[in-house]
Amino acid sequence: MSDVLVRNSTLDLGDLTVRDVNRALKAAEDGAFTVTNPNGVHALACGLMQPISVTIKGHAGYYCAGMNQNADVLIEGNAGTGVAENMMSGRVRVTGDCSQSAAATAHGGLLVIEGDASARCGISLKGADIVVGGSVGHMSAFMAQAGRMVVLGDAGEALGDSIYEARLYVRGRVASLGADCIEKEMREEHIAEVKALLDQAGMDADPASFKRYGSARQLYTFKIDNIDAY
Amino acid sequence: MCGIVGLYLKTPKYEGDLGRLTAAMLHEMRERGPDSAGFAVYGAAEGATKLVLLATQGSADWADIAKRLSKATSIQAEAEPNDDHAVFRIDGDGATARRWLIDHVDGITVLSEGTTIEVFKGVGDPDLVAERFGLAARTGTHAIAHTRMATESAITTAGSHPFSTGADTCLVHNGSLSNHNRLRDVLRAHGESFQTENDSEVAAGYLAWRLRSGEGLEGALNGALKDLDGFYTFAIGTKDGFAVLRDPIACKPAVIAETDDWVAMSSEFRAIATLPGVNHAEIWEPAPAKIYSWSHAA
Repeated sequence: MSDVLVRNSTLDLGDLTVRDVNRALKAAEDGAFTVTNPNGVHALACGLMQPISVTIKGHAGYYCAGMNQNADVLIEGNAGTGVAENMMSGRVRVTGDCSQSAAATAHGGLLVIEGDASARCGISLKGADIVVGGSVGHMSAFMAQAGRMVVLGDAGEALGDSIYEARLYVRGRVASLGADCIEKEMREEHIAEVKALLDQAGMDADPASFKRYGSARQLYTFKIDNIDAY
Repeated sequence: MCGIVGLYLKTPKYEGDLGRLTAAMLHEMRERGPDSAGFAVYGAAEGATKLVLLATQGSADWADIAKRLSKATSIQAEAEPNDDHAVFRIDGDGATARRWLIDHVDGITVLSEGTTIEVFKGVGDPDLVAERFGLAARTGTHAIAHTRMATESAITTAGSHPFSTGADTCLVHNGSLSNHNRLRDVLRAHGESFQTENDSEVAAGYLAWRLRSGEGLEGALNGALKDLDGFYTFAIGTKDGFAVLRDPIACKPAVIAETDDWVAMSSEFRAIATLPGVNHAEIWEPAPAKIYSWSHAA
C-alpha cells in the first residue's frame, strides 16, 4: 500500500500487516483513523508523533500505543502487556481491561483505562498520568518517579513499592502498601488535582473520597549520608 | 518464553473441530516457542487404556517392546506406530505398564497414560509438529498445547510439553521452577518416576502425586502454590477437567475467555481470537495465585 494515507480512512488488519498500518499512521500528519480486526496483534499504533487520532476496534496485543507522542489513541476493547509504555505525550484510552505494566516508564500524556489494569500498572512511571476506572493489580506504581495515578477501584498488594515522587490516589481498598509507601494527608490541592484528572478522563467520582499515597522517603536513596558512596 | 493454549469444550458443539481449533490457536503461539511443541488431546474413551510412547532416538522395535511387556507383566499391548511415537492399547493396569516400560526399556519415554489422553510432541516448527501428528483432524472434549523456548533443559522431543505423569493428567508450563531438583528427589522418595531433567515434569509429577494421594485437582493446586517455587503459568488437563494457575508474582502471561460452549486459555489473546464466537466471550486475565478450574464431573 501507499505510505501516504488517505485522511480519515479505515485500516483493516484483515488485509494489512501491522507494519503496513504503523507505517501509514506514522506518515499521517493529521486526521482520524480507524483500525479494524486487531485480534490481539502486538505493537499496534506505536511511536506515533503527530496529532492524529486512532480508534482501534477490538482487542490489542502487547505494547499498543507505546512511545506515543501527540497522538490520541482509543482502544475499543482490552489491551495486552505494556499499553502506552514509555508514552511521552498525547492520550491513550482503553475501554476494556489492560494486562500488566500499563504505562510503564511513561514520561507524559494521559492513559485512561475504563476497566481494570492488572499487575505493575504504572511501573517506573516518569511523569505521565494514569486514571483507572476499575482496580489495579499488585506492585502497581513500583519505583514510580513522577506523575499521578488515580484508581477508582482497589489496588493490589505492595502498592507504590520503593516509590519516589509520584502521587497515587486510590478510592477503594489497598491490599497492602509496598516498602516506603505511606498514606498521606489529602489536602485541598490534592482534591483539586484528583478532580482535574477525573475531568480529563471523563470519569465521575467524588475527588474527596480518594486517599493519597506517596513516598515516606526513608529508603537508601533518600539518605543524605549515603552520598559518601559516590 | 513459551506459549500455551488450552481449549475445553463445555458442550459437544465443537467436539468434531477440537483439533482444528487447537491447531489454529497453536499456530498463533509459534513466536513464543519456536524450538519445539506438543499437544495433548482428550478424545472419546475407548475400552482400552492407552499409552503413548516416544522413541527418543527416532525409532524403536515396538512389536518387540509389546512382547517384552506382555512377558513380564501379562499385560497385552497392541502397538500403533505413528512416526517416532507409538500408541499402545493395553488390557491391563496403565500405571503398572507405564512403570515397567520406564524401568526396563531403553530409548523410549512414556508420554501419556490413560483412557482418553494422547500426547504427541516434537522438535521444530510447532505447525510442522501439529501437522506431523495430525492435530487438526483430532476430535475430543479438550486439548492443551504448548510451544517451547527452552531455558531449563535441552531442546529435545522428550523435554517438550505437555508432561503427563499420571493417568489422564497433563500439564504445560510457561516459566521456570527453582526448587525442582529437591522436589524431584522428594517425589522419587514417594514413588514417582521421572524421565527427563525438565523442571516442568516435576510440576506434573507433583500434581500426579497429590491426585494419586486422593486429593482433588483444587487441593493439588493449592499444594502446588505452597510447594512449587518459581515462575509459572500452568494449564492442566484431567480426564474431565481443565485448570489454570499462575504463581503469585504472575510475570508469565495468561488470558482466559469463556462462552457457553467453551473455555479457552492462552498466553496471549491472539490465539483466542481465532475461536468461533469469541466476540461474545467473557475475557479476563487470571489473577495471581488463584485457581481456575472447570469440570464435566459432578
